[in-house]
Amino acid sequence: MANLQQNSNNPKASYEYRRKKHAEEMRMQVITFTMMIFFTVIAFAAVGAGFSKWFIIPFVLLLAVVQVIFQLYYFMHMSHKGHEAAQLFMYSGVLVGFITILTFLTIIWW
Amino acid sequence: MSTIAHTQKRGFAGTVWEYLTTVDHKKIAILYLLAGGFFFIVGGIEAMMIRIQLAVPNNDFVSAGLFNEIITMHGTTMIFLAAMPLLFAFMNAVMPLQIGARDVAFPFINALGFWLFFFGGLFLNLSWFLGGAPDAGWTSYASLSLASEGHGIDFYALGLQISGFGTLMGGINFLVTIINMRAPGMTYMRMPLFTWTTFVASALILFAFPPLTVGLFMLIFDRMFGSGFFDVAMGGNTIIWEHFFWIFGHPEVYILVLPAFGIFSEIFPTFSRKRLFGYSSMVFATVLIGFLGFMVWAHHMFTTGLGPIANAIFAVATMAIAVPTGIKIFNWIMTIWGGSIQFTVPMLYAIAFIPSFVMGGVTGVMQAAAPADYQLHDTYFIVAHFHYVIVGGIVLGLIGGAHFYWPLMFGTMLSEKLGKITFVLFLVGFHLTFFIQHFLGLMGMPRRVWTFLPGQGLETGNLISSIGAAFMAVGIIIMLINIVITQKNNVQVGRDPWKDGRTLEWALPSPTPFYNFKQLPLVRGLDPFWIEKMEGKTEMTPAEPIGDIHMPNNSFIPFVISLGLFIAAFGAMYQMDDKAWAIPVLVIGMAVTFGAMLVRSIKDDHGFHIHKEDLLEEDGKGGTR
Repeated sequence: MANLQQNSNNPKASYEYRRKKHAEEMRMQVITFTMMIFFTVIAFAAVGAGFSKWFIIPFVLLLAVVQVIFQLYYFMHMSHKGHEAAQLFMYSGVLVGFITILTFLTIIWW
Repeated sequence: MSTIAHTQKRGFAGTVWEYLTTVDHKKIAILYLLAGGFFFIVGGIEAMMIRIQLAVPNNDFVSAGLFNEIITMHGTTMIFLAAMPLLFAFMNAVMPLQIGARDVAFPFINALGFWLFFFGGLFLNLSWFLGGAPDAGWTSYASLSLASEGHGIDFYALGLQISGFGTLMGGINFLVTIINMRAPGMTYMRMPLFTWTTFVASALILFAFPPLTVGLFMLIFDRMFGSGFFDVAMGGNTIIWEHFFWIFGHPEVYILVLPAFGIFSEIFPTFSRKRLFGYSSMVFATVLIGFLGFMVWAHHMFTTGLGPIANAIFAVATMAIAVPTGIKIFNWIMTIWGGSIQFTVPMLYAIAFIPSFVMGGVTGVMQAAAPADYQLHDTYFIVAHFHYVIVGGIVLGLIGGAHFYWPLMFGTMLSEKLGKITFVLFLVGFHLTFFIQHFLGLMGMPRRVWTFLPGQGLETGNLISSIGAAFMAVGIIIMLINIVITQKNNVQVGRDPWKDGRTLEWALPSPTPFYNFKQLPLVRGLDPFWIEKMEGKTEMTPAEPIGDIHMPNNSFIPFVISLGLFIAAFGAMYQMDDKAWAIPVLVIGMAVTFGAMLVRSIKDDHGFHIHKEDLLEEDGKGGTR
């Protein structure tokens, strides 16, 4: 709620607006929830179907990343205003972690 | 509880208890200053012993084994237990005031951070009395540290682990404070540069300390519980420690130097009576240094055999850092340019800092060239380089900052005369000590060497270096005398003692009230206090009416939590000797820590309010406190 700032003094208009916003958000949440279940099913199916591990591991990891993004943006409301600092720090952390892992993969365990 | 309880005079025991339990950022700053100052003296004594040993060839002032312990403890103490806490002292004392906050975001965590650092440092230094200090260098490379006998390395790993927790907590606390607690109108691009550098340094702490924690845990497990992360014979890899250490260690350099840059960025405009030149480019350069700082760590490891491609990438990234640093240097020069300059003691340190630090930076770029580094690696050239950066950048910043912020922290002004004597002795001593070491290094004197032979051309250089160290020591002693005299005379200098204070901290009455701002100030631009002064006002425009102020209660729990870990560390260390009491001690220590945390969790502590009426009444009495 704190993230939806009221711009209008007219309580009726702002109520209508919030209602519409919430409805829209609910729709997105249902869609992403469905897609997340779908992704999970695909991930299990990919393992069950017995593809080569060179396909399955990157594929499942990719699905996992997409799910994390859905989780953050649609369920934890990171797309809303007021999360810029948190986003900056999360992406910085991801970047630092990625560089570390990349270095370890390329120059220690090559 | 009302304000009265805080203003009455206390006896000695009462003062000690107040400091043991305090959660006030200004008092925690003083604790950091005292503890950091103590460890700075300890590290300085170790430095003097190193220079005495190396003053003449074939010296046997200390034994080779003891020498290894001394160099290890000198580096570790100076970085972790002196430079960082002293910077934390200034961050605590100044940053909340600069952004117009009444305290840091988590006062309890602030106290906990201090006590963890203190007990970690105490644990590390107790190694001198309990069978020998760590002796594998401050980097503690795994192949050497795993082979080290006795408990020295265990003291190192456990002590740094405990104090590292404290630092990490402090860093997160500062981040949250700066993001959430800025006064009305204090946008990011109006924050003073010291606040900005605190912010970036805290972000670096957030990202850099976890690799150190992981590395230290692996070292602890390898030494105490028989794992093999770094043991090649068990399929481990000793290079991984070096990576973890430097993924932490290189950002650590910027964690230290950025706040020092911030202090200078406050000193220059104040004593030039000009706003900081290129404010936005200074902010940009600070953030860029922070980012690049994470992509260069392998330049410490060029000679480990990373291969030409990795070496080239890290060499270029390292050289890139010279660009934002250069931006800063030119901005400082442009700030002084055409200003109405006053050569006060802090200003002298700031001006001396520019050429000193540039010399360290230039040798840094020389070493960044990987082929050249093969020649320079592990020689005195490296020692000269990093002392030029650390002493020429950070220590000058700390001493200059101490003179600059002393009136803010203690309400008294350090003697300018003694300050100038200290400055001359310290600066001359510093260049005398370390400039010649470049040439000793180029002549082939290896780093960390215990002694050297006569007739190799190293005598004169080493003797000059040792004489310089004595100059620095005398300078620091005079500074201590200055502090004692100043505090004994206790002449209160009142508000805005430098007369040209620009930022919010100077707008406050002196001594600063324990609630900082009676009314949060309205910030109308960069250098808010200066803006008000230019409009003929003497105080900040308030942003709110006088109202009740919510304050946290003091707490003894941070001390107890830290003490528990301190006790547990002894148990963890001695259990590898199969001592019967070790495991119970470990359990008791952890029980103390978790018990204290449990008490903190289940006992409600809502703090107290300073009532509006009390605040108004103080106004009536003239508002001295």
